[in-house]
Amino acid sequence: MNATWSRFNITSIVLGFAFLYLPIVLLIVFSFNESKLVTVWGGFSTKWYVSLFHNQGLMDATWVTARVGVISATVATVLGTLGAITLTRYTRFRGRLLFSGMVFAPLVMPEVITGLSLLLLFVAIGLDRGFFTVTLAHITFTMCFVAVVVQSRLVTFDRSLEEAAMDLGAPPVKTFFQITLPVILPAIISGWMLAFTLSLDDLVIASFTSGPGATTLPMKIYSQVRLGVTPEINAACTILIAVVAVGVIIASIANKRREIQRQLDERAAQRG
Amino acid sequence: MKSLGSIRRDFAPWNDPNAKPYIQFDKVTKKFGEFTAVNNLSLTIFEREFFALLGASGCGKSTLLRMLAGFEEPSAGRILLDGQDLRGIPPYKRPVNMMFQSYALFPHMTVEKNIAFGLKQEGMPGADIARRVAEMLKLVKLEQFAKRKPHQLSGGQRQRVALARSVAKRPKVLLLDEPLGALDKKLREETQFELMDLQQELGLTFVVVTHDQEEAMTMADRIAIMDKGEVMQVATPAEVYEAPTSRFVAHFVGNVNLFEGKVAERSASTTRITGMTGAQIVVDNGGDAANGAEIVFAIRPEKIKVSSKKPADAVNALEGEVYDVAYLGDMTVYHIRLDDGQMVRASALNASRVTEDPLTWNDRAWVSFRPDAGVVLTR
Repeated sequence: MNATWSRFNITSIVLGFAFLYLPIVLLIVFSFNESKLVTVWGGFSTKWYVSLFHNQGLMDATWVTARVGVISATVATVLGTLGAITLTRYTRFRGRLLFSGMVFAPLVMPEVITGLSLLLLFVAIGLDRGFFTVTLAHITFTMCFVAVVVQSRLVTFDRSLEEAAMDLGAPPVKTFFQITLPVILPAIISGWMLAFTLSLDDLVIASFTSGPGATTLPMKIYSQVRLGVTPEINAACTILIAVVAVGVIIASIANKRREIQRQLDERAAQRG
Repeated sequence: MKSLGSIRRDFAPWNDPNAKPYIQFDKVTKKFGEFTAVNNLSLTIFEREFFALLGASGCGKSTLLRMLAGFEEPSAGRILLDGQDLRGIPPYKRPVNMMFQSYALFPHMTVEKNIAFGLKQEGMPGADIARRVAEMLKLVKLEQFAKRKPHQLSGGQRQRVALARSVAKRPKVLLLDEPLGALDKKLREETQFELMDLQQELGLTFVVVTHDQEEAMTMADRIAIMDKGEVMQVATPAEVYEAPTSRFVAHFVGNVNLFEGKVAERSASTTRITGMTGAQIVVDNGGDAANGAEIVFAIRPEKIKVSSKKPADAVNALEGEVYDVAYLGDMTVYHIRLDDGQMVRASALNASRVTEDPLTWNDRAWVSFRPDAGVVLTR
């Protein structure tokens, strides 16, 4: 390593991080603003957090978002995992290329197009837009992300584990649930979390596919912002950031500790 | 009584015409697309035999093992186990267990749970499972590691867990795919003897796949030497070494000197060979070589004596020059260039600490050997 703290390096790091995080810092700071004016500092206060919990509209939207997120992430995880297994295990079947292309296409599909086409579909089949359609739409677009995460784990999965289980008398289905699933579980959990996060902050597709009574949090925030940014929104976003940050930090600490424990164990095993 | 090699064998069902075969490969062919991994192969293995499949990578030995385990189905031919045709029987219903080259230990289960896995699938009662697991742990001397996970074990310990897991169900046949491949040399040698003892103790039939000829020679009752999906020879280690039936086998197992030549004179007891370069060799056993046939005479380095003077009583003696000498401690290896240009490798056991006839680079030397020291190969 010969990285030196030259003036150029320091400047680029400061500018880079400022570009990324200054808006978020501003948002957090102004969520504690006494004044009703978003851009004028009027002293420290937590009153917007209090009023936030009395804002029925925002609380309802949060509840809708949480339910849509959990349900769609769970269904997308099951479907995405199945897709990933098909793609890694059955390397030769008719239309495999088409299948893999169709699994991964939503990854690069513009959200506007996904949203619009889903809207057209729901209208065409006469499905009333609401909670069910948003959930369905979220399953559709998060599934491919789960498939990517799980597939990358399956590629390095040692097939002889499954063969060993079958050799010891476990039929294929039992082998899957007792051996394959537990081993790839961390990837499946990451896939679920990714799907949940994507569903949580999706605005575009939700706007197309949602209906009355199923307003998600991003939609609610967006509609309020159009009427003028209130510090209440800042408070809501700060809570959202806090929840995500805590989740990420806990996950990475747990990961790190597991890794350290593993290395210690391996060293101990080598010593005999 | 004379016997090939230095071991007398009391267990030799393959010499008994009434012995019932246990595992039979009957004209088995396995193709992967255009590639033929196993080609019209027939092979018989007997109960309680320690059988080795030896060959270079890609010779089809692992495919053979995987067909026996049920992971692959033969493209043609039959595999019989104890008289039962195995076709269509999935791996989880076959009375054979396999020890994998990678060990394939379940990473999310403790040693105990790994060993118990197969027994649980059988529906064995919990108390019996606990007893069997304890027994297995004792057998492989891992009692104090029962609660560890595989990544908390050393390579040698993992190997023993894999072994315990694969014999826990008391399979009719245990298949071992390069069982010692991942161990270091010293541990490998120890484990070879442990495996032999275990096989004796449990009375199981072992089929082991290996590319290490020493490993096969040490452990197996019989060895099948494979090349390009075909069996070249099936015989005891001593027969494979002392009486190879083809140039390939002679070359594959151990070191060998090959003399190309022609049968000059053939009688019931002796065969006279004229080498391509004019040397005359007399041997006892001419095999199936006819008069005038082009053959190869194969002789192992340790069967050749090197001396500075022509031995008075030698039937076969050829003169040359010392080209290279390597002192290895337990023996000395000589490379002699005969006057006709042929290189000969000879090794002499250093039975005493001093030698009376020391040879060095560029010395004149004689190589001599008895008429029964080598074999005549027509293939």
